[in-house]
Amino acid sequence: MPPKMNIEPEPGDQTPEVGAATDVAPLGRDHGKPAHELTAEEDADGTDWGRVAGESEFKGLLASKRRFIVPATIFFVAYYFALPVLVGYAPGLMDTRVLGVNLAYLFALSQFFMAWAVAALYVRAAGGWDETARRIIERLHSSRKEK
Amino acid sequence: MSTPLLMFLIFVGITLVITYWAARRSTGSSAYFAAGRSIKGWQNGVAVAGDYMSAASFLGIAGIIAFQGYDGFMYSVGWLVAYLTVLLVVAEPLRNAGKYTMADVLAYRLSPRPVRAMASLSTLTVSTFYMIAQMVGAGALVSLLLKDSGVTYQAAVVGVGILMIVYVVFGGMLATTWVQIVKAILLMAGTILLSVLVLAHFGFSFGNFFDAIKHVTYHAAAGKVVTQDFLQPGLRYKPPYGALDLISLGMALLFGTAGLPHILVRFYTVPDAKTARTSVVWAMAIIGVFYILTTFLGFGAATIVGRDVISKNGGTNMSAPLLAQAMGGDIFFGFISAIAFATILAVVAGLTISASTSFAHDFWTNVIHRGTERAPGEEVKVARVTAFVVGGVAILIAIVLGPTANVAFLVALAFAVAASANLPVIVLSLFWRRFNTRGAVAGLGTGLLASIVLILLSPSIMTVDPPTVTGAARHLIQSPPLFPLENPGLLSIPLGFLGAFLGTLTGREPSAEARYTELVVRANTGLGAEKATTH
Repeated sequence: MPPKMNIEPEPGDQTPEVGAATDVAPLGRDHGKPAHELTAEEDADGTDWGRVAGESEFKGLLASKRRFIVPATIFFVAYYFALPVLVGYAPGLMDTRVLGVNLAYLFALSQFFMAWAVAALYVRAAGGWDETARRIIERLHSSRKEK
Repeated sequence: MSTPLLMFLIFVGITLVITYWAARRSTGSSAYFAAGRSIKGWQNGVAVAGDYMSAASFLGIAGIIAFQGYDGFMYSVGWLVAYLTVLLVVAEPLRNAGKYTMADVLAYRLSPRPVRAMASLSTLTVSTFYMIAQMVGAGALVSLLLKDSGVTYQAAVVGVGILMIVYVVFGGMLATTWVQIVKAILLMAGTILLSVLVLAHFGFSFGNFFDAIKHVTYHAAAGKVVTQDFLQPGLRYKPPYGALDLISLGMALLFGTAGLPHILVRFYTVPDAKTARTSVVWAMAIIGVFYILTTFLGFGAATIVGRDVISKNGGTNMSAPLLAQAMGGDIFFGFISAIAFATILAVVAGLTISASTSFAHDFWTNVIHRGTERAPGEEVKVARVTAFVVGGVAILIAIVLGPTANVAFLVALAFAVAASANLPVIVLSLFWRRFNTRGAVAGLGTGLLASIVLILLSPSIMTVDPPTVTGAARHLIQSPPLFPLENPGLLSIPLGFLGAFLGTLTGREPSAEARYTELVVRANTGLGAEKATTH
């Protein structure tokens, strides 16, 4: 075990404070670790989960996610199951010739583009949620520093 | 030395270099189990795609399309759309609230020991069954591809098994991920090249290609010549239960993918939830292109090579390699065969690491030793030993079963368990405040049991074979099936949800409900999520 580093200045430490604040690295860290150095547990340590959950911005985040995810999920599940249902119960209809192939193949192919489109819409929406989440976390960290 | 063997050896050489490099870099649990959470979004996306594009899809789907036309393409569709469930519902919350396994998310608010024990059991079931299916397929395939070099089924199984153990034991998640990335890139390159060659064969005319698909000629069982439209649905899934089986298959794919442990562990290898999302998008782009191209592999094999030739030269699984031989001669055959081999190796390695992670992290550390390692690095040690044991058992079972064993149902079983046991409890623990430990244990138990029992009663196990079928290829129970569908999802998924629901209603668990708030905040903001470790 290496000797324990003492990062706080000892009481009575006579090290002169020379130069502007930008010239020298601070000898101690009176604000604790910066956010990117926190471990997962330190990051969440002492968080009042109920308070975060009660914030209007967090509620808004959940509502916004729900508004996208619930209809999008219902849509893709319905669109997908339309394929086996139609192919299984209306094979004649699905064998109709269209554009040199048949309806069954075109509908199956359309599923790929449907999946990519839903994914693209989701990623666009999620960009906004990232912003909101970042603001919530930042506010939490700054309120913790004030304590 | 034959071309396929030479190419196999080159690939093995590359992967061993990767493993050596990874072994030197990896120290500590987070490095071993989650590659230090330092995998980039696109890299993880390629690896997720690689984990998913198993030999079953490369060789299996090409084979089903080559023999039964359009119905095989239905698999391709389901395997991509399933990723929307992963993207929209599970990937980000799982990354935010977990550490190494899916059970981490459940253990957050529920009583950890019973929940982890059940989740670990279900993970081991899915991984082991999937692995045995891959190993039997691998042995049969490698011995077929390398039959000119004198490699037997047993030698092939042992070789694949040892390589997979080496990757996982020495290289951990980092090596497994990079082996997967290399293989996925090779697989895509091979598939694109093969597709272009097929199109070139038809003068780059989609019209000519699809015309040929409408008139595929082959000899039926009775010896008479049949001309069949291969775009027509219903060649595989026939009445009376075909339509239900298709829907049931769709359910297993759509809900099972988001519960496959070897896919879920991948989301812990990236730095944060946003990268997890990016990696799903990358995976969807690759998987989508790949499965659209199965059109050319499958129908190409049907029209250019033909069912008759494929049947005489090793059967459905050889469709894609034989197509390569027809298009590009022995060298291209060797290349595509080496890719098939790489695919199997990478996928079994991915399965091994997810099984050993779950045993070491969930069962050993958290269930038996109540969440503390007795010595630093114990968890990694246990995982290495587990990988060794799991690999050894898989080799033994694959050799005992033999190359002709009917194992396709094991893949259906893996998906059914993932969809019926894992997915319901993941979803309910993320979205239902009232959900509790009893619900999770009951849900995992019912889903697991229902899947296994229904598969045992299905035509995969219970079928009366004609006397021409002999040995290990015969079905285990020679009587008419009690459950008519090959895919149990239609019944087992609702049963899994019902079990979880009824289990929850038998009691209230205030601590689980209180911690739900914490889980929701963590899952949606990423607050307190596991961080990347720097190298």
